[in-house]
Amino acid sequence: MKVMSKINRQSSFWVSLISVVLGLLVGAVAMTAAGYSPLLAYGALFQSALFQPYDLGETIRTISPLILTGLAVALAFRTGLFNIGVEGQFIMGQLAAVIVGLKMQLPPVIHALVAMIAGGLAGALWAFLPGLLKAKRGVHEVITTIMLNFIALYLSNVLVRTWLTNGADSTDRIADTASLQWSTLSALFGGARIHLGILFALLMAFFMYYLLWRTKWGFELRAVGFNPYASEYAGMRVDRNIIFSMMISGFFAGLAGAGELLGTQGYLAIQGGFTGIGFDGIAVALLGGNTPVGVVLSAVLFGVLTYGGNNMQYAAQVPFEVIRIVFAAIILFVAANVSGWLLGWFRSRKKGRVESHA
Amino acid sequence: MLNTLTSILQTTILYSTPLILAAMGGLYSERSGVVNIALEGLMTIGAFTAAVTTIFTGNPWLGLLAAMVAGILFALPHAVASITFKADQVVSGVAINFLAFGLSVYLVKHLYNGAAQTPVVKETLSRMPIPGLSDIPVIGSALFNAFPTTYLAFVIVAASYFILYYTPFGMRLRAVGEHPKAAETAGVSVIRMRYVAVMISGALAGLGGAGLSIAIGSEFNQATVAGQGFIALAALIFGKWHPLGAFFAALFFGFAVALALIGQLFGWTQYVPSEVLNMLPYVLTILALAGFVGRAEAPAAIGKPYEKDSR
Repeated sequence: MKVMSKINRQSSFWVSLISVVLGLLVGAVAMTAAGYSPLLAYGALFQSALFQPYDLGETIRTISPLILTGLAVALAFRTGLFNIGVEGQFIMGQLAAVIVGLKMQLPPVIHALVAMIAGGLAGALWAFLPGLLKAKRGVHEVITTIMLNFIALYLSNVLVRTWLTNGADSTDRIADTASLQWSTLSALFGGARIHLGILFALLMAFFMYYLLWRTKWGFELRAVGFNPYASEYAGMRVDRNIIFSMMISGFFAGLAGAGELLGTQGYLAIQGGFTGIGFDGIAVALLGGNTPVGVVLSAVLFGVLTYGGNNMQYAAQVPFEVIRIVFAAIILFVAANVSGWLLGWFRSRKKGRVESHA
Repeated sequence: MLNTLTSILQTTILYSTPLILAAMGGLYSERSGVVNIALEGLMTIGAFTAAVTTIFTGNPWLGLLAAMVAGILFALPHAVASITFKADQVVSGVAINFLAFGLSVYLVKHLYNGAAQTPVVKETLSRMPIPGLSDIPVIGSALFNAFPTTYLAFVIVAASYFILYYTPFGMRLRAVGEHPKAAETAGVSVIRMRYVAVMISGALAGLGGAGLSIAIGSEFNQATVAGQGFIALAALIFGKWHPLGAFFAALFFGFAVALALIGQLFGWTQYVPSEVLNMLPYVLTILALAGFVGRAEAPAAIGKPYEKDSR
């Protein structure tokens, strides 16, 4: 039994790896077709993401919110829900964090902590409505969360313009007491904007693992995701569990937004569109097989690609968007299980060859 | 007063047109049982292709045609992933949105030396007044002095209604979305039908996107589509997956999109922030889904990959 699950885990690792390689290949084709050199571009990408302390620090900064949005999508997935609203919950997290950071006066550390928790709760609250509608009225959460993304975007913009400022494009900087930046850490990485958000992200990865696989309630949440009817029959409160899963997922997303605001930006600006970090969480979760460890690993990969991709633009003149194409291809390959299909095809060919030799 | 009414109507029709086209696209796909949240991406690729083709050829009609072809090509991976490989249709749709946005911005930057938008399209589509009708007061200049895409949209709505409810093709398409097993038993190929439906949705959404870059606007940039594919999806749901329902919902949402502009024109934004007006379509869709505006009934087999051997 143990051996079987080990083999299974290994093969899902291979499936992910093949999807990544295929995704990078699609990117290479896009680059070659446009007359760039993929080798030069990918070389520049990895070199600029990893090999200097400053770049490493910035890469870790890029990875932190991706872990959290990835966990948000993964937790929802595990419990049978598809949270496309991570982007909106992320925005609500930013909004709550900036409000606490601007309007409250608290001692250091505590201020940052309160602002983070406020961000998480705002995300959870934003996810409550789709959870409620799904549980009580059977409304598909995908559509409601897409709509709530846009509502969050406009809400954040109107509040920045009217309540938080006097018609300006961005708010003042938050109080230093609320900042997640820590000069010692930043100095360690050559002045990079790395901040304590990464600790929250890793903590939440552990929290998700503990909750889902080490508690009775977590077992219930997974059971509801696996088969709501059987769970109902076993006496579990399916509707309540749906709402809670959605809210925990939103909590992760809100933390991601709050972390970005308190650690990286320090203020909130009117946004012309989405940041995309919430949508990247879908790719992170899918590639990570919706497990906490998988999410952390795939967030590292997507973080390296994102940060390195931005530098690639300067080093090799390849537009950053090729990285978006790679992300999209990876999602498609994982979703359609192309690598599982490829592996099966290889195995059957191998088997066929062995048999014909015999 | 009459002038005010005319310009409200005219702006509404203008902004509804891309929504109507994309919503009709979504209608075919979803009625056949394939969720299509890729409308946003399909519109993006349509807007991009139309702008670039028109710039290169100087002919906006070729731009429209190219947008349809590009829409079909981009709907194909969605069809392959979700129909043949039985991927989660929502996940696949998300990936198409990513892909379309990434590729179009990538190509714009590649073609125009790193610029984030195309140059201005000089030969855009122009308004085509229909002689006689366009002289009718109030509605004349709104309905009968419109862009060709608007006339096209009206024709497509009428045709879609006829096709879906009065032709064998339409009945098969709906059957495949409601009860694929029964349709297969009756000799309809579920797989082929769904492929065709998803490709039609690509063509129509591409056309809708084209209207954004060579009729309403005259360039393509990252913000050309900006969520209108999702509003079209909302219109489809709000209109209960019915061609006429979706048409009127798209008109209404077009009005909501136009409101922000009209509001500025007439100084209404003094009282209501434009962002609140922008929220309207999304808030209404949630209310509709929650059952406050009448129950929305999705096609029964929507979102479910078809397994030939399952019972």
